[in-house]
Amino acid sequence: MFSDELLKIDWDETTAKIAAKTDADVRRALSKEHCDVEDFMALISPAATPYLETMARLSKKYTEERFGKTISMFIPLYITNSCTNSCVYCGFHISNPMARTILTPEQCEDEYKAIKKLGPFENLLIVTGENPAKAGVPYIAKALDIAKKYFSNLKIEVMPLSTEEYAELTKHGMNGVICFQETYNRANYNIYHPKGMKSKFEWRCNGFDRMGQAGVHSIGMGVLIGLEKEWRTDITMMAYHLRYLQKHYWKTKYSVNFPRMRPAENGGFQPNCIMSDKELAQVTFAMRIFDHDVDISYSTREPAFIRDNMACLGVTTMSAESKTEPGGYYTYPEALEQFHVNDDRTAVEINARLKELGREPVWKDWDSSFDELKLQKD
Amino acid sequence: MSKLVIAGREFNSRLFLGTGKFDSNALMEASIKASCTEMVTVAMKRIELEDKNDDMLKHIVSQNIQLLPNTSGVRDAEEAVFAAQMAREAFGTNWLKLEIHPDPRYLLPDSVETLKATEKLVKLGFVVLPYCQADPTLCKRLEEAGAATVMPLGAPIGTNKGLQTRDFLRIIIEQANIPVVVDAGIGAPSHAAEAMEMGASACLVNTAIAVAGDPVAMAVAFKQAVEAGRMAYEAGLGTQADNFVAEASSPLTSFLND
Repeated sequence: MFSDELLKIDWDETTAKIAAKTDADVRRALSKEHCDVEDFMALISPAATPYLETMARLSKKYTEERFGKTISMFIPLYITNSCTNSCVYCGFHISNPMARTILTPEQCEDEYKAIKKLGPFENLLIVTGENPAKAGVPYIAKALDIAKKYFSNLKIEVMPLSTEEYAELTKHGMNGVICFQETYNRANYNIYHPKGMKSKFEWRCNGFDRMGQAGVHSIGMGVLIGLEKEWRTDITMMAYHLRYLQKHYWKTKYSVNFPRMRPAENGGFQPNCIMSDKELAQVTFAMRIFDHDVDISYSTREPAFIRDNMACLGVTTMSAESKTEPGGYYTYPEALEQFHVNDDRTAVEINARLKELGREPVWKDWDSSFDELKLQKD
Repeated sequence: MSKLVIAGREFNSRLFLGTGKFDSNALMEASIKASCTEMVTVAMKRIELEDKNDDMLKHIVSQNIQLLPNTSGVRDAEEAVFAAQMAREAFGTNWLKLEIHPDPRYLLPDSVETLKATEKLVKLGFVVLPYCQADPTLCKRLEEAGAATVMPLGAPIGTNKGLQTRDFLRIIIEQANIPVVVDAGIGAPSHAAEAMEMGASACLVNTAIAVAGDPVAMAVAFKQAVEAGRMAYEAGLGTQADNFVAEASSPLTSFLND
């Protein structure tokens, strides 16, 4: 389990290592076709900032070698904001006196239909909070069952589950799981996640092993930028985690995310650090140079100009026209969103812009008949 | 140089030797000693299994050396399992180099039978070191089946052509959770050093030593090459060519704010 591996990697030592990376370390990393985590640390370190353009060129080259000019398109759907956790940075925090929604199966279907009208979406990400009693695995399974009729590839972003539960949801058409560790800093994890199941660091961190053991096809990882001041250390831990997972669950495809928090305008949680656009670009290029094959995903948290430019330099997956409130496409278009969307263009607009930039937006890259086959074999 | 650990046993040397093709058993013994190897493979078909005083074996057996019987000559999984059980009985060890090459010409390992045999032998309690194609997927499957190492080939056996499979070896090494021993094709100490620099856990060498003008001196050369390569790997190799300089203009990144 990865939590055991993590015990061997000291947070402060890693932070010091990154800070001590030199120009020579950066040059060495850039000259290698295959980088290790030490090289990755050099590439995200301040020592690499003079090489941003070189990194962009390399990242573009590796991305086009592996992915061509394609951008995989998906849309998230929040089916509930009911949550028993108390993450200090999240709008769905249990103590937030907001109206809670758990979409009924009929409402889910209305949402699916509404999404299909926005664009040729085939990749759907179903998102929930954590409330196993009211919106647990059977509820998610039901949402998947209905979604199968409308979409060929279904991913979920829900609370960490057991190996058996992941395997069970696979039978309901689930093709992938996204789960953000948020932070790998064990010492501070509970400051941000004081109560609820999410306060259990190991349960979350080892959830990725459980996904791998259940044979989940696609796993998405992420560090929430804004929690730890030493975000470079956090991202390095994710790089270790990625390598670990690739070694152990080699049949799974991985994606990484670097969601950035913005300063809150209405009080609430203020991020402990702000990652600049240049830093985000550097981390993205570094990840691509480190791993030529990993999917790098940008959500609509990022503004349009960043997404458009980065779609040509390393990013390979994007959401479009996202609503981050449950039922936001049809049922409750006015409900409270989980975080603010910065790219509010329509799917049609984004599609057109990507084409203008010489990219090929890919809407369908899976067929549910593969899932049927697998079920028959099992 | 860190120690190599296979199935719980520590090895000071990362050079394994084969025992075929030497002019004499005496020369073989001298080469083994000079190489400081701690793992020597021997084809069970070469040994008089009934004879405790077999001449070849006498020249190999020593306290420091893990004897690694191999199944060279078998053509499928069933034969391999049978041979392995004979070897365990005769040599008193459950360590086994699994070799299944139905093709007598190039002696290329049969991937399907090798995987099948590995699965069976692991269940029977063997420490299995399978000789295999430099096929990353196969190597993961062998690992999952419980192999103690994988032993992918660098080039067809006996060709001395070096690491013809280097791109695949690199992937195998990157993905492996068990030691990767490069076997077959290593024809010169520089080939062994290259494998070790890439991060291979060990090299198995036979022909290049056995047929050298001076096998004993060549054994020493390989010993040093393997050590040098490993030390370089552990030390972290430097930049080969410095092609990357900071660029004055920034056409790709000018959209970024400070």
